Amino acid sequence: MQYTWQKRSFFYKIFYFIERLIKEILFQCSMCGQCAVRSLGLTCPMRCPKQLRNGPCGGSMSGICETDPKKKCVWYLIAKRSKRMQIFNKARKIKSPIDWSLFHTAAWDNLFKRRISIDGDSKNTDYFNKWRAMIEKEN
Amino acid sequence: MRTESSLEYLLKQGKFVVTAELEPPMSANKDAILKKVSHFKGYVDAINVTDCASAIVRMSSLAVSKLLIDEGLEPIYQLTCRDRNRIAIQSDVLGAYALGVKNILCLTGDHQCLGNHPSAKGVFDLDSVNLIKLMRLMRDEKKFFNGEEMKVAPKLYIGGVFNPHCDPVEFVVQRMVKKVEAGVEFFQSQIIFDVERFKEFMKVVRDSGIDKKAYILAGILPVKSVKALAYMKESVSGMIIPDEFIKRMEKATEPVEEGLRITKELIEQIRNVPGVYGIHISPVKWESIIPRLMEECGFLPRPIAEIKQEVVHN
Repeated sequence: MQYTWQKRSFFYKIFYFIERLIKEILFQCSMCGQCAVRSLGLTCPMRCPKQLRNGPCGGSMSGICETDPKKKCVWYLIAKRSKRMQIFNKARKIKSPIDWSLFHTAAWDNLFKRRISIDGDSKNTDYFNKWRAMIEKEN
Repeated sequence: MRTESSLEYLLKQGKFVVTAELEPPMSANKDAILKKVSHFKGYVDAINVTDCASAIVRMSSLAVSKLLIDEGLEPIYQLTCRDRNRIAIQSDVLGAYALGVKNILCLTGDHQCLGNHPSAKGVFDLDSVNLIKLMRLMRDEKKFFNGEEMKVAPKLYIGGVFNPHCDPVEFVVQRMVKKVEAGVEFFQSQIIFDVERFKEFMKVVRDSGIDKKAYILAGILPVKSVKALAYMKESVSGMIIPDEFIKRMEKATEPVEEGLRITKELIEQIRNVPGVYGIHISPVKWESIIPRLMEECGFLPRPIAEIKQEVVHN
């Protein structure tokens, strides 16, 4: 069942809008429900037109997005800011894919109820997040 | 050998590999592809089939791969994340293996605003790093994204792309390291004209140890006119062309011969860069040059891959 904010209680809706107000002012938040801002230099990756969770795409040249020459590439900002603020830097780890069933839910509530980890990885896709490929060394 | 791909066989034998690229037609015309088969058969080891490159609608990459398999060629099936969600991706991969595809190239895909259907929705459910990880999970563990088992796994040789022209270079290399960690087995690069810059890029790549874990193929474009070069420079995002090549093509009395000479020089220089295991030629609208180019660069005859067919027991 999809539990977006419209189907919840009155108090949940108040909580959702307070979180949305604070985060939209600070981070241009889109309420994805799995906030990864803490591990990516306090910058939201959902601002990317492709909503990527892993790094700049091949179209970002000199820090400018390929879709609009006036727009900066968000992943360029993430990489620069994570270098400067190492405590918020987990940009080198492979981030898990977005769990769209949590879209438009309150991320702080999801964190308290343990539906997501503190780095923004959803527990619904836990099997995929934890799996690692065996890499053979070349001779 | 983890798959039955002849590309994997040749790379593991240590041969210098040559791959080419084919753009599907912008209509339901099957004969346009069948006409081009004679330019590739026997001259290259594998052929990339692009999947709506630059967000322009073309025939499906899976259909064209099947047509090439029927003609006896080895296609590399390109898959973009822009047009499909994780359900369709897994479904297409199972179908591709069933049709006989042996190689796959994982891309994020260009944004839809750059193409001829800017009103479309860009799906981007996964990105290329997670797509590579998903391919590995399906092949090595025989499981779907959610952990459920499957009986017959799609054994595909997994590739990724990179663009050595993006700056800063360290962010590009960081993403390549992520792809290697996810399990990629070979890389193909964007088209290279600036060899000095590519050599410096490969030095950073060698320092991070990527060339020992994945095979890197450098991209080359044979040009035949100044108009084609200028079009590439403006329209395709992520290409850098030094002005000296444009001046050489403008001054040349025979642009076709000059273009071939430039291509041969580039191939010779790139071939000697350590860490490069092959080249990837993308002849846009000039596929007929491939037999002549292969002969003049001394790449013929191409080695034949002897692969034992595995019997699958259910």
